[in-house]
Formats: sequence, C-alpha cells, structure tokens
Amino acid sequence: MAYIPHTDDDRRDMLAAIGVGSLDDLYQAVPAKYRFPDLDLPEAISELEAASELQALSEANLDVRHNACFLGAGAYHHFTPSVVDHILRRNEFYTAYTPYQPELSQGTLQAIFEYQSLICNLTGMEVSNASHYDGATALAEAVILALNQHRGKRHKIVLSPAVHPHYRQTVRTYMQGMDLKIVGDDDCCRGPEELLPFIDADTAMVAVQYPDFFGHIVDFHRLGEVAHAAGALLCIVVNPLALGLLRPPSDFDADVVVGEGQPLGIPLSYGGPYLGLFTTKQELVRKMAGRLVGETVDSRGQRGYVLTLTPREQHIRREKATSNICTNVALMALASAVYLSVMGRQGLRQVAELCYHKAHYAAAEIGRVPGFRLWNEAEFFNEFVMACPQPVAEINEHLLEHEIIGGYDLGAEYPQLAGHMLIAVTEMNSRDEIDDFVAALEEAAHD
Amino acid sequence: MQFPKDLKFTKNDEWIRVEGDQGTIGITDYAQDQLSDIVFVEMTVAPGEQAAKGAACATIESVKAAAEVFLPVGGTVTRLNEDLPKNPEQVNRDPFGAAWMVQIKIADPAELKDLLDAAAYEAYCKERAT
Repeated sequence: MAYIPHTDDDRRDMLAAIGVGSLDDLYQAVPAKYRFPDLDLPEAISELEAASELQALSEANLDVRHNACFLGAGAYHHFTPSVVDHILRRNEFYTAYTPYQPELSQGTLQAIFEYQSLICNLTGMEVSNASHYDGATALAEAVILALNQHRGKRHKIVLSPAVHPHYRQTVRTYMQGMDLKIVGDDDCCRGPEELLPFIDADTAMVAVQYPDFFGHIVDFHRLGEVAHAAGALLCIVVNPLALGLLRPPSDFDADVVVGEGQPLGIPLSYGGPYLGLFTTKQELVRKMAGRLVGETVDSRGQRGYVLTLTPREQHIRREKATSNICTNVALMALASAVYLSVMGRQGLRQVAELCYHKAHYAAAEIGRVPGFRLWNEAEFFNEFVMACPQPVAEINEHLLEHEIIGGYDLGAEYPQLAGHMLIAVTEMNSRDEIDDFVAALEEAAHD
Repeated sequence: MQFPKDLKFTKNDEWIRVEGDQGTIGITDYAQDQLSDIVFVEMTVAPGEQAAKGAACATIESVKAAAEVFLPVGGTVTRLNEDLPKNPEQVNRDPFGAAWMVQIKIADPAELKDLLDAAAYEAYCKERAT
C-alpha cells in the first residue's frame, strides 16, 4: 500500500474548509514557547558515522549471540532457520496492517488458515483463532470466554500458582472491577491435587500451565475430571515447542489451550512482538475472541479463504461481543507457521528432545556442585529450579563476568522461593557452554 | 409475509402464542427475512429460571448479523426448543411453528396488554419498509 502525503493544495483546501488562514493559525491554541522549542541536537553526522555509532550502542546490550543464555521463564532462545525470515520479509506479507478483504488477500488469509491448522495439530484442539498479541493476553481472553460461556453466572477462576506470574497479573488487570474471585495461586507449592478443593459450582474455569512455570511436566487428568464434574472449563497454557515431545493438552480433555508462540521461530527481541496461541473445542467456537479464517469455495467451485464466524465479533455484536479484540499478530503467526512447516513433525520432536536432554544434563551437573540442589524430583522439560547457596542476584553478577546470562530469580514473584534459580536450557546451549556454566557456578559458590 | 392472527407481537419482532398461562415465544417472519440465513441459535435461559419482560432469552446469528431475542412478557421458563440449535435454518423456514424458542409460564397476564395484535404489527412492519 502506498503512502500518499497531503499536497500543498490539499492543505490549503482543508484549511479553507475550516476557515483558518495558515497552519500557524491552526496551532495558536498551543502556547508559543511549546510550538517550536529549541532542540538540543548534536552536529549532523554522515550515514557512515551514524551507522557505527548505532552499532556501538547496540553492542553495549547484553545479547544472546555473544553470551551463553540460561534464562527462560516464558521466553526462550531457539534456532530459527533462515527461510522463516525470507518469507516473513516478502512485501506481500510485510505490511503495517493485515488486509482481510478476501478479494485481494488470498495469500494472507491462506497463511493464517495454515497457521490455525498447524496449531490445531500441535495442541490436538479442534479450533484455533488467527492469534492474539501474546500468551498473557491469550490467557486473559480465555478467562473472558469462560465467564461468557457461563453467561456471567459463575464468579470464580481457579489459577494455578505455576502459571507464569506475568500471565496471572495480566488476568487480574483484565478482570479489574468485575465481580470475580481469582483464587488458588497464593501459595507457590500448590500442585493440581491441592487445587481440587478450590473447584466448586461457582467456578467458571481452572487454568494451569504445561510444562508449568517451574518447567514441570504435570498430569492434569484428575484436575480436568473434577473441573468438568463441577461444570467448569479447563484451560491449559502451553509451551508449544514442548508439544513436539509431550502428549498434547487435548489428552487432558482441555476446553481451551492457550500459550506463547515465541519459541516457534520468533526472536527474543526484548519481549516482543510475540504470539498468543488460542485454541478451543469446537463447541466453544462462538465464544472465541479474535479473527478466524475459514476455507470455502467461490461461485466457480474454487477453493478460497475468508474470515468466518464474524457475527461473534464486536463490529456486529457490539457491546455483547465476547471480546473487543479482533486483531491478530499476522506476521508472527506467519513466522511460526513457516517455522513449523520447515521443522516438520520430526524436526520439532528433535528440537524438543535436544532441549530435554541438554536440560537434564545441566541439572545433573549443577546438582553435583556443592551448595546447589534440585528443588524437587518432579519430571521436567527444559527448565528446572535450583536451590542456590547464595542470593541468585549475586550468582548472576558473577556469571555475567563470564559472559553467561544466568537463570531467573524466583524470589521476587515467589517469596517462599528466595534463593532459587529457574534455569532454562535449549538446543542453543552447547555442551561446552553448559560445562562452563557449571564451572562458573562452582566458582560463585566459593566466593 | 405472514402475520398470524392468533399471536401477539413486540416492536422488537418477537411473537408470543398464549395458551392458558403458557406463552410460546419466537421471532417473526419479518425478522427472519430481515436477518437472512440464520446459522446459529442459542438459548440463554434455562428451564426453571425466572425472567422479567424484556430479558434476553436467546441469541441468534445470521450470515450478516447477530441479534438477541427478548421475552415479550415476564415469567418462569418451562421448556426450550432443544432441536432448534441443531437446525437453526428452521427459523427461516417455519418461524411461527418449528422455530419456537422458549416456553414460559406467564407471571402477569396484564403485561400482554402492551403487545401488538397482528394488524398493528403488520402496519408497523410496513411503516419500517418505507
């Protein structure tokens, strides 16, 4: 789409239409001293100088290309095949906004349809929408769906403490001012069994994470049964990359599966843009927020793609719509679709296995360092919690001297877990890196 | 377009058939025609529930719009048309018969006085068409 600026004639016509002589006259309401303040800018420099200055600035950052990274906690450093970026940057896709008109957007719509199909395959769920902004907002939308499913007659959401703390915060932000109790997450160590007593006839939804925030692989069969017996929905927040290896969340009879799609071919990028996965059972499709692309045939019987089930959206249903979110992150959804299609079932399983095995190697090695101890014996995927002999912040300071980005300090979000570090290992961490990490931890323990 | 004489109507295009203290409720021929192909019907009340006049009792979606169905009079819900959500196209085919939506036990028969008869409703539809 071309950007066409206003011409001088356009501006003259517009000013005449509102009866103003010039642009300066239009701005009279702004006090003169704020109108054109002096800008304290340095001398102009050449493009060459500007490029090297910006380069130097960017190199002052701590980044995962120059440092070994063992930090995860919701965002993970994975390898992205170069084909992902090549497709992403084609100008047919790389627009500022997603054009949805089927007459001119078959490519975009088909790409989103492929994305939805892949995410359904991965999660085992029946319907996926075109995506949300990130995992946290996807979970908040799941809560809204649950409240709507019960027509506002249930007023309680049971949240596992092992759902990402930021996601839980986002849910609370979304639900401010609503007559809703959010319970269950006030004790870090509550597993699915300990959540059961919170579930009752007023519970709209139970939300858990898989693998959970601490990396644990948890069985939610019983929790799902109890939730369903009480008439509540079960929502599972997933790491989609782990699903290359683990049983799909549909095995637990989840009604809604959401998650952060960043591990699927999207760079860390200081926290965004990311990708909110959102899938449900077929029976909940009309309560689902966001865009949905469907496959159909045109008047000549040819396959085509259109936005479907739009009456549930706010431009038609107005204030009664389930959600006012009707946009998606099309480019990020495309990145993950390309990633999944080039990795394939086998490739995704391989990445997940590498993450799993490297993480278990790292956990075993760190467990041998005096003072470090694995928090518990639960099964884990590529993240685990280590009890540390010193404050985590001090250990991380020491690691940085060795160009190693250490794990996540759990103490801030979980006071009971002060002195515990959440460590993530991916296929990007070589054995040498892991061994250096262990050696640096040993050094830190002696300091 | 049909305007059955034995029914009462609302300005929101619902109809009610009164038999003793029971009222059967649906949307009119005019409403289904305006909405075009109906693709989804969901009742938003349950048997045993008490609801006031004007409370939403069903949601319908067509290929181009979504609409709420409101109770013409208040009462206690006695029956829902369980088959209708499975065959939403019945609303287009047989709006006054197979596509009834909700049955209620009417709480206050006096509320029926506010409703339109067939002739008044037909006139109201004509008025909107012009």
